[in-house]
Amino acid sequence: MRANVETVRALVRRAMNEITRVPGAAIPGVLAPTIFFLGLTAVFGNLTLLPGFDSESYQSFLVPVSMMQGAAFTGAATGVNLARDIEAGWFDRLLSSPAPRPVLLAGLVLSASLRSLIPATFLLIVALAVGAHWPGLLGLIVAYAVTMMMAVVAATWGTSLALKFRTQSAAPLMQVGMLLLVLTTTAYAPLDLLSGWLQEVARVNPVTQVVEAARQGFVGDVTWADTWPGLLALAGLAAVFTFFALRGMRRMTIN
Amino acid sequence: MIERLVANARVVAALGARSVKQTARRPQLAAPLVIFPTALLAIQTGGAGRAVDLPEFPPVESFLAFMLAGAMVQSVMLAGNSGGIALALDIEMGFTDRLFAAPISRFGVVLGRLAGTAALGAMIALWFVAIGLIFGVEFEEGVAGVLWIVVLVSASSLAFGGIGAAIALKSGKASVVQGLFPLVFVILFLSTAFFPANLMLEPAASVAEYNPLSFIVEGIREPIVAEFQLADQLEAVAAILGIGLFGIALSWVALRARARTGG
Repeated sequence: MRANVETVRALVRRAMNEITRVPGAAIPGVLAPTIFFLGLTAVFGNLTLLPGFDSESYQSFLVPVSMMQGAAFTGAATGVNLARDIEAGWFDRLLSSPAPRPVLLAGLVLSASLRSLIPATFLLIVALAVGAHWPGLLGLIVAYAVTMMMAVVAATWGTSLALKFRTQSAAPLMQVGMLLLVLTTTAYAPLDLLSGWLQEVARVNPVTQVVEAARQGFVGDVTWADTWPGLLALAGLAAVFTFFALRGMRRMTIN
Repeated sequence: MIERLVANARVVAALGARSVKQTARRPQLAAPLVIFPTALLAIQTGGAGRAVDLPEFPPVESFLAFMLAGAMVQSVMLAGNSGGIALALDIEMGFTDRLFAAPISRFGVVLGRLAGTAALGAMIALWFVAIGLIFGVEFEEGVAGVLWIVVLVSASSLAFGGIGAAIALKSGKASVVQGLFPLVFVILFLSTAFFPANLMLEPAASVAEYNPLSFIVEGIREPIVAEFQLADQLEAVAAILGIGLFGIALSWVALRARARTGG
């Protein structure tokens, strides 16, 4: 048990070292959600004038979506980094170590979860500076917790694709897949104001519950009734993608 | 003189065809041009489609009709970026050095890449026109309007490709050109690509009024949602020419520097 914890800690430390040693590689992942946030609020900010829009501030409405985007990018980056490690042969060395494969996965996923706090915090500072509502301490805790869990979902998704394709060329699939999952929700407008197919998709997309859970504090009060569906959706998504990632790990042979 | 021109034209055509094939064969180059803008078009149309109910929204048949031009411009900007990445990869692998050592015009090598980007632009225009037709958009200016859209989008692609090529030639690194990806969206958000300027928030609304990209978008959008206005089309052409000449001039300077210093 202690050895497993040490392995996870070492993998997390390695992921954090990448940020301090190659900051240039981390900058796009940190900046992209903020750029999207600022751009989308500038472009679609007046959607709040539509009858039935349940927030006066589009900045407040959009912050949690951009936090989820940041988590999705961070998780996808974990998949891309793993594909790079597979291509370079470094992952073979990890596999030949006595560390159990679920422990290796835990290290990758936990590092993504912690790294997702960086774009989320940067975004939050910018968002509050340009007029987003302060979500309150409870709202903030819920938003951060949901962001970290979303990063776990994205990291297991990215990891399972990296283990399947074993090449960095699969990066667009990792990024676009997660981005679609986040954007086909109530990302741009409340459910009743979405049109056509998107309304139907958003209604059944589990990430809609995730976005709504993270959004609560920014547009109103935090309630357990609006929180648990998001947590349940995250747990379900994480379970499904973890299954595929673990299966990929088990099928991986040392070259 | 004529023989030399014909030889250079052949080089440009061959390298242009190579550029198109390269993009088609590498999913990491092709996917951002088609999948991402198409997905974003679908999501934004569904997510912000009710914007047409806002009192000051210009009269359009549907939000999809309004958004098509923005999706095309987004796609060609990404095509310019992808072309730059591909050129930088050629530089990193030494392929460009081999071409420079051959008895052909060095600028022909760059023009070949830009010709390929322009051809991709035409394909992008046809792709989005097809999407529009499938989902019920009626192009106000008919076939002539569609043909004009293809010309404008293809020329825009070449113009943005010039800037991508210049950065690739200057840096010689694919990662540097790839790092410009977020900048594409900054420029897009500060234009009328996704929303009318009068309904955008400040300061983006004011920037969008003068952003050359807005003139290009409006030129492409006009045949879809309204009748041709010569003044709007001339503004679009002027914006494309301005960006194109700027990009080609930058490429020429970067090429000369690369030839002089060897990288």
